[in-house]
Amino acid sequence: MSPTLSYILEQAVNGITLGGLYALIALGYTLVYGILLIINFAHSELFMAGGYVGLFVLKVLSDPAIAQNPGMGFLKPAQSFFLSGTIGFVALLAATFAVSAIVVGLMGVIIERYAYRPLRHAPRLAPLISAIGISIFLQNAVLLFISSKQLPYSRADGSAFVTAKTAFSIGSVDVSTMQVFIIVTSLVLLVFLDTFVSRTRIGRAMRATSQDRDAAGLMGVNINSVIALAFFIGPALGAVAGVFNGMYYGSVNYNMGFIPGIKSFTAAVIGGIGNLRGAMLGGFLLGIVESFAGGFISIAYRDVIAFIVLVLVLIFRPGGLLGEAVAEKV
Amino acid sequence: MTDAKAQTGATTGAAKIDAKKVAIYATIAAAMVIVPLVFQTVTGLGFLVRILVIVGIWVLLALGLNIVVGYAGLLDLGYIAFYAMGGYAGVLIGQALSRYLGGATYFAMLIPAAVVGAMTGVTLGFPVLRLRGDYLAIVTLGFGEIVRICLNNDIFGLTNGATGLPRGSEQMVMPFGAMWLQDNVRFTTPLGQFIFSTNLYWYVIVVALCLVFILAIRRLDDSRLGRAWVAMRENEVAAAACGVNIRTQKLWAFSLGAMSGGIAGVTFAYVQQFISPESFTFMESVFVVCIVVLGGMGSIRGVIVGALLIRGIPDLIQGLAVAGVLKLPGEAISAISGYRFLVFGLLMVVMMIVRPQGMIPSSRRARELNPEDEHVLAEEDLSLWETEHRASNRDDV
Repeated sequence: MSPTLSYILEQAVNGITLGGLYALIALGYTLVYGILLIINFAHSELFMAGGYVGLFVLKVLSDPAIAQNPGMGFLKPAQSFFLSGTIGFVALLAATFAVSAIVVGLMGVIIERYAYRPLRHAPRLAPLISAIGISIFLQNAVLLFISSKQLPYSRADGSAFVTAKTAFSIGSVDVSTMQVFIIVTSLVLLVFLDTFVSRTRIGRAMRATSQDRDAAGLMGVNINSVIALAFFIGPALGAVAGVFNGMYYGSVNYNMGFIPGIKSFTAAVIGGIGNLRGAMLGGFLLGIVESFAGGFISIAYRDVIAFIVLVLVLIFRPGGLLGEAVAEKV
Repeated sequence: MTDAKAQTGATTGAAKIDAKKVAIYATIAAAMVIVPLVFQTVTGLGFLVRILVIVGIWVLLALGLNIVVGYAGLLDLGYIAFYAMGGYAGVLIGQALSRYLGGATYFAMLIPAAVVGAMTGVTLGFPVLRLRGDYLAIVTLGFGEIVRICLNNDIFGLTNGATGLPRGSEQMVMPFGAMWLQDNVRFTTPLGQFIFSTNLYWYVIVVALCLVFILAIRRLDDSRLGRAWVAMRENEVAAAACGVNIRTQKLWAFSLGAMSGGIAGVTFAYVQQFISPESFTFMESVFVVCIVVLGGMGSIRGVIVGALLIRGIPDLIQGLAVAGVLKLPGEAISAISGYRFLVFGLLMVVMMIVRPQGMIPSSRRARELNPEDEHVLAEEDLSLWETEHRASNRDDV
């Protein structure tokens, strides 16, 4: 394992891809934390749910076996469209992402409504424990009602997404279409969200709510809908990451959310929790650090290294890299 | 706890209440003696004693975590790490010294396990001193995972990776008397043959440990330290202003809690005669937290009842079903272990909304979790560090 240039480059590309995923998930943590000051522990499970919903949509829209079932015949024309050529493929992807994001976003809203809202004025420990409860519930619901095994993430014709061809090469390093897709999509979504929060009226309401909930309420901001919106956007982005994760690694698993969830939280903390740009920065930084740590130190200990980064950041810079905004918002 | 109630009623009907209390305690004590003996005697139920032993170890664990979460109010999601550290330390050192210690190995290993546990607690406690509740939860969670991954990866060639300890041909020594009792104390009764099995032996040890823990924690609760913890939990800033040394008290909470975890860990290892990283996953940590939260944070009785219900009942039902005493279909048996996490998850949410103080709460904790004054509540969320930090920021302006 001599550290040749191409090896370093390869790790960097992997790291940035991973970072894109982390950044997408981290945004969910940071959005909710910024507004409610609680860690949405269930977020990692929503990320996992995103992967599963995406897989379900993929199967329904492309698996002929499903259309064979009585009453499902109406799927046939749709499936033949989605299985035909590039346009069908792009439409299939778009549908997968969109449905997954919307379904999981709604799950987030429901969870907020029933598990967090009644605890809004309770001491800090209460919503955190409630969130852990939701997280355990979701994980075991998938385990019991769907499958305890890894499910392959593929279209019905068996073409997994990992095998997607090389988009371009830098020297001897191949960058796959999937990697380009992940990096570009995550960047676009991040910029989009940043613009949304900093430029639009609703975004302003969100920022006002995160600064002072009561005062924002007095100024006519509908606090509940702002919070619900944050609980829609965050999980929706998490779901996109979940679908990406499934496609990139080729499978989904009921406990796939735990480790990426913790790491993304780390990313959010590194960047300064509550700070959107911080979460993006933290996500990419952590992805790259982890990738290099895995490539040069030890694969077995790369999770440990990510956790150590978390502990170190919390000890030496609890506000995070871009965390100045948080300090006044106690 | 009902102690407060007992005190207020002390002037009027102390004798009556005491009689009632004595009756309750006598019943519990009798049950603790009779139930395992019956299990042991009735043919085919002997393994249930084993379940009681495991439940007892979980009572120990929950009592330990209760110090950290219940008294000091620090949410620790990596508590199982101390359990693991104690267990591994006990087995590693014990295996090295068992030649000299013989049957005393387990008892001797309680000391290194407690020391290693406490030291781990302090090591973790130091850096996280100024972190607030939810950050603390995440850091401890990360710490728990670090420990598990290290154990799993055979760190320093000590832990034998996922296979666990003891290595291949080695065996762990049973504490003295256990084998002798099993071989020699046996007689026939109308219910079946009674054997003083090793399980029963462990049951006695675990119950003794539980009693020592309960006694110690009760004393602790009433001590200066216990009061400092409660003050700190209720309002860190006010406690500091009243002269409570937050730093020291938090470290005490961490190290005492971790020490209990270590003792539970070494006991678990010697009961199982085996130890491996898969006993120390995040879910196990969550399990202990569930027990403390659902039972009643800061309440010794609550925690014990919680451990019995959450750890004991599902295992007992499963055990009885497997033994054929309860007629349950096979799917139902596997469903019990599967669905219980589902149910616990929901229970945690429902409990936080409906009854955040837990099943059998301590009166102080109940008041804290059902506060009347939101303003006070907002202040309570601040940690000392934050307040100082804010003050210094204000000076700058």
